[in-house]
Amino acid sequence: MAILVIAEHDNSSIKAATLNAVTAAGKIGADLHLLVAGSGCAAAAAAAAKIAGVGKVLLVDAPHYADQSPENLAALVVANAAAYGHIVTAATTVGKNFMPRVAALLDVAQISEIVAVEAPDTFVRPIYAGNVLATVQSSDGVKVITVRATAFEAAAEGGSAAVENLAAGPDLGQSKLIDRELTKSARPELTAAKIIVSGGRGMGNGDNFHQLLEPLADKLGAALGASRAAVDAGFVPNDYQVGQTGKIVAPQLYIAVGISGAIQHLAGMKDSKVIVAINKDAEAPIFQVADYGLVGDLFEALPALLTELG
Amino acid sequence: MAAFDVDYLEVIKEKVLKILVPVKRVVDYNVKVRVKADGSNVDLANVKMSMNPFDEIAIEEAVRLKEAGIASEVVAVSAGLANCQETLRTAMAIGADRGILIQSDVDLQPLAVAKLLQAVCEKEQPQVVICGKQAIDDDANQTGQMLAGLMNWPQATFASKVVVAGQQATVTREIDGGLETIEIALPAVLTADLRLNEPRYATLPNIMKAKRKPLETTNPETLGVDVTPRLKTLKVAEPPKRSAGIKVADAADLVMKLKTEAKVI
Repeated sequence: MAILVIAEHDNSSIKAATLNAVTAAGKIGADLHLLVAGSGCAAAAAAAAKIAGVGKVLLVDAPHYADQSPENLAALVVANAAAYGHIVTAATTVGKNFMPRVAALLDVAQISEIVAVEAPDTFVRPIYAGNVLATVQSSDGVKVITVRATAFEAAAEGGSAAVENLAAGPDLGQSKLIDRELTKSARPELTAAKIIVSGGRGMGNGDNFHQLLEPLADKLGAALGASRAAVDAGFVPNDYQVGQTGKIVAPQLYIAVGISGAIQHLAGMKDSKVIVAINKDAEAPIFQVADYGLVGDLFEALPALLTELG
Repeated sequence: MAAFDVDYLEVIKEKVLKILVPVKRVVDYNVKVRVKADGSNVDLANVKMSMNPFDEIAIEEAVRLKEAGIASEVVAVSAGLANCQETLRTAMAIGADRGILIQSDVDLQPLAVAKLLQAVCEKEQPQVVICGKQAIDDDANQTGQMLAGLMNWPQATFASKVVVAGQQATVTREIDGGLETIEIALPAVLTADLRLNEPRYATLPNIMKAKRKPLETTNPETLGVDVTPRLKTLKVAEPPKRSAGIKVADAADLVMKLKTEAKVI
């Protein structure tokens, strides 16, 4: 049976995490269909057709899919589920929102945030904030899966799949979007960045984030992240948070500044390729996972770092 | 229909707004879990257990809605071993009015819990269910959404702000790119994110008072729910450990090593 991947998109382009989900689905090994449900989303479907490994793009274009509300999206997926053995999406806030609803309506378990595919019915997923990896086998007829994007490479371009129109389902009208406040930034997106500069409680206040961390991030072309403590203290917005319940990241380089390294934070970044920690407390747990540790006052280290980078 | 009738109806309904909050007993968030030597599961012997932190936030939100005069009753529900009673007592010490324990020795997976909650919802008829967004043990992040699906109710997950007025909830949600606000009709399922509120500490008098609050015990058979696990855990393992690297002397040393050794800048 074929695999259905549900794309996340903004009606004009496909979100990066979907590319990782496509790669994960490819490892299951069957014909792969990508569902693009949106409103005025032909451009997103065209972009989806170019993803390598996609056999067919299913396009559903109707006003009530504009916001990809979980009620309408889940109902649409369930209505089209019969032909598929696996239903897959990325474990983003959109995927985490609608996919369990799909699983419940199909009366099957969801396998959350897989990091490896062992067999078409067997997957590896992190539990306990990533401190344990569980290998689980599903006995359900349909496997409903969300994918941890950082665990799989992004699928490349180079496909030329056909785009097929699919009928829209009814508008359930259960939810109305009032407002979206998206953080505007010229910096790369946290989950897709190659370099991340992240600040913790040690930054002291939000101004220091602006004056000391942002220049470093800009110099390196990096995204800005934060620990829970920094977000709770109001230094930066919620969506900066890296950790078990925030964003899971795995960049080439993660620079943790003034972050002590609680297990909940480590859960979100310990798969980074290279970790740098700058902290004045030599005993801080962050140094136990850091490849390069700089023990010192960040208010001296950050300006010095900027000077050294030229 | 005259406007008067609608308002009247809303007032009546507001007065009986019942909130159901599922709470899970999990390994305390400060505990670093270990895998059993045979790799069959994590070792939970003699480990400190607590209420799932997100469920604490959910209870707090429900109790605040009651204190604000919006809700009339807060019912805590827990499913699992007999000692989930402790978790229910904690919920009642925070301010839940009563508890329901669905006792079972089976490994209860999210779909099974959602079905148990569905059975409880059909009996209790709450207008709002507030779940924690995920449990910190299995990190599944499913139960609230599954319950909403089974009940055919709207859902507002990852809530950072909740306003309930009449038969509607306006919920601000934490999403990847920032925040969004949605409006949903009740009954509905909400799931609590980290910053919805800061749960209070249960005071000793409230802990004592909680011991006298009603706690009803039922089980999956009585509720008519098949809780057979759908996922089989073949093995568990600890991920490869990162070892501590080296300490650098200063910023210059760090930049040099990142350029020439790690080659990441």
